[in-house]
Amino acid sequence: MPPDGARSLVTEALVEVEDLAREFDISRPWLFRVLNGEPRRIVHAVAGVSFTIPRGTTLSLVGESGCGKTTVARLVVGLYRPTRGRIRFDGVDLTALAANDAARAIRRRIAMIFQDPYASLNPRWRVRDIVAEPLRAFRVLEDERAVAERVAALLGHVGLSPKDGEKFPHEFSGGQRQRISIARALSATPDFLVCDEPTSALDVSVQAQILNLMKDLQEELSLTYLFISHNLAVVRHMSDRIGVMYLGRMVEVAPTDALFEAPRHPYTRMLLDAIPDLEMTGRRRSPVGGEVPSPIAPPPGCAFHPRCPFANARCRSEVPRLRAEGDALVACHAVEEGRDAA
Amino acid sequence: MPLLDVRNLRVEFPTRRGTLVAVDDVSFGIEPGEVLGVVGESGAGKSITGAAIIRLIEPPGRIAGGEVWLDGRRIDTLPPERMRNVRGREIGAIFQDPLTTLNPLYTIGRQLAETMRVHLGLGAKEARARAIRWLEEVGIPAAAERIDAYPHQFSGGMRQRVVIALALCAEPKLVIADEPTTALDVSIQAQVVALLKRLCRDHGTAVMLITHDMGVIAETADRVAVMYAGRIAEIGPVREVVKRPRHPYTEGLMGSIPPLSRRVRRLAQIEGAMPRLTDIPRGCAFNPRCLRAFDRCRRDRPELMATDGPNRAACWLHDPSSRDLARGYAA
Repeated sequence: MPPDGARSLVTEALVEVEDLAREFDISRPWLFRVLNGEPRRIVHAVAGVSFTIPRGTTLSLVGESGCGKTTVARLVVGLYRPTRGRIRFDGVDLTALAANDAARAIRRRIAMIFQDPYASLNPRWRVRDIVAEPLRAFRVLEDERAVAERVAALLGHVGLSPKDGEKFPHEFSGGQRQRISIARALSATPDFLVCDEPTSALDVSVQAQILNLMKDLQEELSLTYLFISHNLAVVRHMSDRIGVMYLGRMVEVAPTDALFEAPRHPYTRMLLDAIPDLEMTGRRRSPVGGEVPSPIAPPPGCAFHPRCPFANARCRSEVPRLRAEGDALVACHAVEEGRDAA
Repeated sequence: MPLLDVRNLRVEFPTRRGTLVAVDDVSFGIEPGEVLGVVGESGAGKSITGAAIIRLIEPPGRIAGGEVWLDGRRIDTLPPERMRNVRGREIGAIFQDPLTTLNPLYTIGRQLAETMRVHLGLGAKEARARAIRWLEEVGIPAAAERIDAYPHQFSGGMRQRVVIALALCAEPKLVIADEPTTALDVSIQAQVVALLKRLCRDHGTAVMLITHDMGVIAETADRVAVMYAGRIAEIGPVREVVKRPRHPYTEGLMGSIPPLSRRVRRLAQIEGAMPRLTDIPRGCAFNPRCLRAFDRCRRDRPELMATDGPNRAACWLHDPSSRDLARGYAA
């Protein structure tokens, strides 16, 4: 995105996240620290992430375990409070919302789908009550007859039968449970869905069903998605834009095709290179060295420098910022200085 | 002669509501040095097939029929103590979670050395020296120092490298690897797959690679068996199965994987889900989800049969009597 085009994009953005950060204190108890002379220990799970999501589009966040993508999802829906930064939804600052009716009206428009369909549905509730919960919590419908009608319609919409409302979650397979989660997420007619690895627990043939359903619903209801996944093939299928995260920071944001056809950041290139090749093109993969360092003590400078073939002294000391590179935003000194030729 | 020859294997789990057949009449072979991929969705019976071969089925599950031959010797009838020697010495095992394989109370070095002392009859000093060599070979940095570390001091990727060393150190002829990379991140997964492939090629070890990840199979295996509801639906050279599947289930499975190299508007999808073991349909287990099912599929159960290619498929479309239907299929 060219810098002067940014302004027009901001105006049509439904979600704007600015310098978002979240730290977790994982120190040992106070007395223990005093006796052993230990300092506090802080995990910088998300260390200053910014992005915007235009209305009706999908932004995906990808990265390996510990990169902070799930924490971002939870911050955006308000399950965690940010340590720093701003989340604006349709122009309203969510981080400054008071607990009142106006806040409730905004929150109704944001819903979440979780990874584990076994843990995210209350096993003691009937499906009809699970799906109706947002309707009741946000007082969308007061009349119980209307609630029942809406629940039946929602179940039909996600490919279940209205009769399934009488059953309990254990009577359903993983894929069907994820359909119930989607029905619940949609019941209060949100316009923004945060989906945290919604198909990672499912078999591929069921995953295809759920991904198709999510795409159909997006088109039909003009939904905006923030999609979290570690699976690059799924992300390519679902997204308009993709953000690649590494150790709490965004290293590259680019339109989907640009990211896959011309990845810029060395980490993005490594990640794409690591995916097994189902098309059997016989491409030779360069071996990838090293592992993701601990987010408790991330390396100084660019966190990727210990694994990066292009790292130099500057990379080891100075944190790179996201800069525009054609269609993409890339946080890499090597790309900026043009010393990233493989 | 194949190194491993599995004939008509059947595994049952008796339950209060009747007997479940988790693996039903499964036959296949693995040649020396060959990598056979076994792929399928949860509940297809792929892990239980692997566990049955090394007789690690949790009771009340039991092998109810069939034979397992290793190197010309029948091993499914061996007494348990003799079987313990086969496991480790002749067949190595790698499981999804390295912590289930590694003993948390012993150092990595002790576990490796003990394996080699028991199975190869090495002395303590020689075993330790070889343990260090194995750690170097699987890419553990500073192996000589890290040999006295405990499993919890290693990262997940490093632990899986140790497990690979442990599975291979007694120089088995066959390794059964059950989802060896599923718990790992994609960059680490690529490292571990490459390592397993290289070591087995160098040592001439055959591999039965069980996974749900078709990409890993495509890169690693020579042949692949696709399992569905306890049976093999299709088996053949990996390239052929991936590029020109002959069984409608394999075709649906391949179509439902989002491609990496291009964008598709919709994924091909197989309606429904794999049946529970309690109600496997009559005839072909796939028939209720199959768009090409005809009368016979609902009546008779197909065995693996020849197709117009090198793969064999358990599908009536390939029966000579239904050649007209098959012709439409191949086109």
